[in-house]
Amino acid sequence: METNVLVENGETLECVYAKPHTLTDTPMHYCPGCGHGVVHKVLMETIEELGIAENTVGVAPVGCSVFAYMYMNVDMQEAAHGRASAAATGIRRMLPDKYVFSYQGDGDLAAIGTAETIHTVNRGENILMVFINNGIYGMTGGQMAPTSLSGMVTSTTPYGRDTSLIGYPLKITELLAQLPGAYYVARHSVHTPNAVRKLKKAFRSSFQFQKEKKGTCFIEVVSNCPSGWKMTPLEANEWMEKNMFPYYPIGDIKVPKEMK
Amino acid sequence: MITGTVVVATEICKGCELCIASCPQESLALSTSINRKGYRYAQLVQHNCTGCMNCALVCPDSAITVYRQPKAAKHAAAAVLNAQTA
Amino acid sequence: MFHIEHDSTPKLMKGNEALAESAIRAGMQGYFGYPITPQSEILEYLTEQVPKRSKSVVLQAESEVASINMIYGAAGAGARVMTSSSSPGISLMQEGISYIACAELPCLLVNVQRGGPGLGTIQPSQGDYFQATKGGGHGDYHIVVLAPSSVQEMADFVFEGFRLAEAYRIPSMILADGALGQMMEKVYLPKEGSLPYSEHPWATTGKPASRERNFITSLHMEPEKMEEVNLHLQDKYRQLKKEERFELSAVNDADIILVAFGLTARICNKARELAAEKGLKVGVIRPVTLYPFPYDIIASHAAPNRIFLTVEMNAGQMVEDVRLAVNGRSPVYFKGRTGGMIPNPEEILLEIEALAEKHSLHNQTVR
Repeated sequence: METNVLVENGETLECVYAKPHTLTDTPMHYCPGCGHGVVHKVLMETIEELGIAENTVGVAPVGCSVFAYMYMNVDMQEAAHGRASAAATGIRRMLPDKYVFSYQGDGDLAAIGTAETIHTVNRGENILMVFINNGIYGMTGGQMAPTSLSGMVTSTTPYGRDTSLIGYPLKITELLAQLPGAYYVARHSVHTPNAVRKLKKAFRSSFQFQKEKKGTCFIEVVSNCPSGWKMTPLEANEWMEKNMFPYYPIGDIKVPKEMK
Repeated sequence: MITGTVVVATEICKGCELCIASCPQESLALSTSINRKGYRYAQLVQHNCTGCMNCALVCPDSAITVYRQPKAAKHAAAAVLNAQTA
Repeated sequence: MFHIEHDSTPKLMKGNEALAESAIRAGMQGYFGYPITPQSEILEYLTEQVPKRSKSVVLQAESEVASINMIYGAAGAGARVMTSSSSPGISLMQEGISYIACAELPCLLVNVQRGGPGLGTIQPSQGDYFQATKGGGHGDYHIVVLAPSSVQEMADFVFEGFRLAEAYRIPSMILADGALGQMMEKVYLPKEGSLPYSEHPWATTGKPASRERNFITSLHMEPEKMEEVNLHLQDKYRQLKKEERFELSAVNDADIILVAFGLTARICNKARELAAEKGLKVGVIRPVTLYPFPYDIIASHAAPNRIFLTVEMNAGQMVEDVRLAVNGRSPVYFKGRTGGMIPNPEEILLEIEALAEKHSLHNQTVR
């Protein structure tokens, strides 16, 4: 429970960082070190700082973050697997002046939801789409995802992903960036304090663009899955930097003129 | 003279160590005792925290609250120091 | 019974278009759909008319899967929304419908049935009765099912469907068929704007400081909670029983009672007239709500020396519910056509005559 000041050894210290009020008190079920918790925090912090919590509706996916609606203290809907962007479309079309975001993992967005994902961006739906890419299906026990890397060992690729048999890791974000409906597309991470700060800037810009009704803002976060990758959180982040980042480079992919 | 400190919600902390790795002062380490969930939790082991917020930024469970000396007090303290060394 | 105000002058309209027109008049706020024969006119009519007449959103989605999930989102945001499709597309929507039923969201679904199974044919059928009334998607749930048998009812049931959906927080389905969708008849359209909106405090519209957040979900991990949800849904379905509707024609004296819904009921009524000319006493029970199914009225007419003949455009679906209602007190026969074939009154009459012969029903007083 944060207080505004803390007195320690006679010194009065002021609080400079605390959990945002837009996150509920429910302890998160995510594995230790999982990026979901960080992204939830950054997203909710942004919403709190922009003062839009009362006018925001979010859509949670199926996957580890199926429980996102338990942690985000805004009106939320739980969508069927893959359909978060369709549900978000329904909400956006009915509530044209509110803030709408969808939050999905790699299976939800790039496997079962591929059609909805592409068409939502193609329509230029005025929403923020958050895409958490950790190259694996965590919730169901660590199976291959469309974004799993070549050679990556998962529970359904025990000998490593053989691209000649089952295809290549899907760079869905680059595909979507080509659509005219995609207004702002970027790829971030949350493994260092600086990365976290940059993601927050990206979310801030996205909500601003949403206010200006510019179209779809698509933010991918390359993240870890310590449990699925069978590593400690620190090892996972190291592995992610070494292996995921070269294939999924961090940075802006499609940037509107006013951001350049 | 403390410039900053952190308060860790020890029952929320999952001992992921991301904060420990992010601290430029190496002020944090895992406890030897465990919380109710069986995790060793992060705690301050040095008194050199600057309140830089790095740890809180990377914490997936928002378990860290950061406190820092207010700017005015900092300037006053610096002035005292300058006076002493002058 | 719910009273609908109608225009005083009729129009000659195609079923699909009368339905779409009625949706605009009912103050529909969103339509998300996908083309499929024989109901694409609904989407087409709305894309043409709505921009001139209302602020409703009309969106052609990328698939029926997307459509039903847009409905979920929009209904969750408290809007009056509708989608339509035909049999194969309705199959695609089953997952979404299960979610909507569990999350207790009101919405109107329209199934303009075609012959199946599989890709089937574009000709009419009633092959989706089981799918509509017994669930269709996974889990223990039901939706309201209304079976129109005229273009007038295609229009009226839009109002009725929205009203029931919103009163009970349940999906309502208009179970029509390709013939009803395509045929043209005189229709007195419901008056525009005569279906008021109500407040939906549960909707996700952005959480003001004055309330806790709303969330729309069908996920309840603890079995105790999931059971509670199920018991609540079952209770709701019991409440729905008072919305049962049916139509009776000449049943009191009848030796043979035809049970049929939708288009087939009209054909049966013609067969009834033909049979009367031949001195046979035939009646018709037409369930109008297929869920809640009017078991009691059918049961009350079961008696020795009376027989039931269920006529459907399928291989025998509603007949099972008729058998349940009759509960062995009378013989229940079935006549069906499948694959998009429509029975004609003459062939039903032949069946009636054969049964009358078999049961020696000529010149016999019943009971």
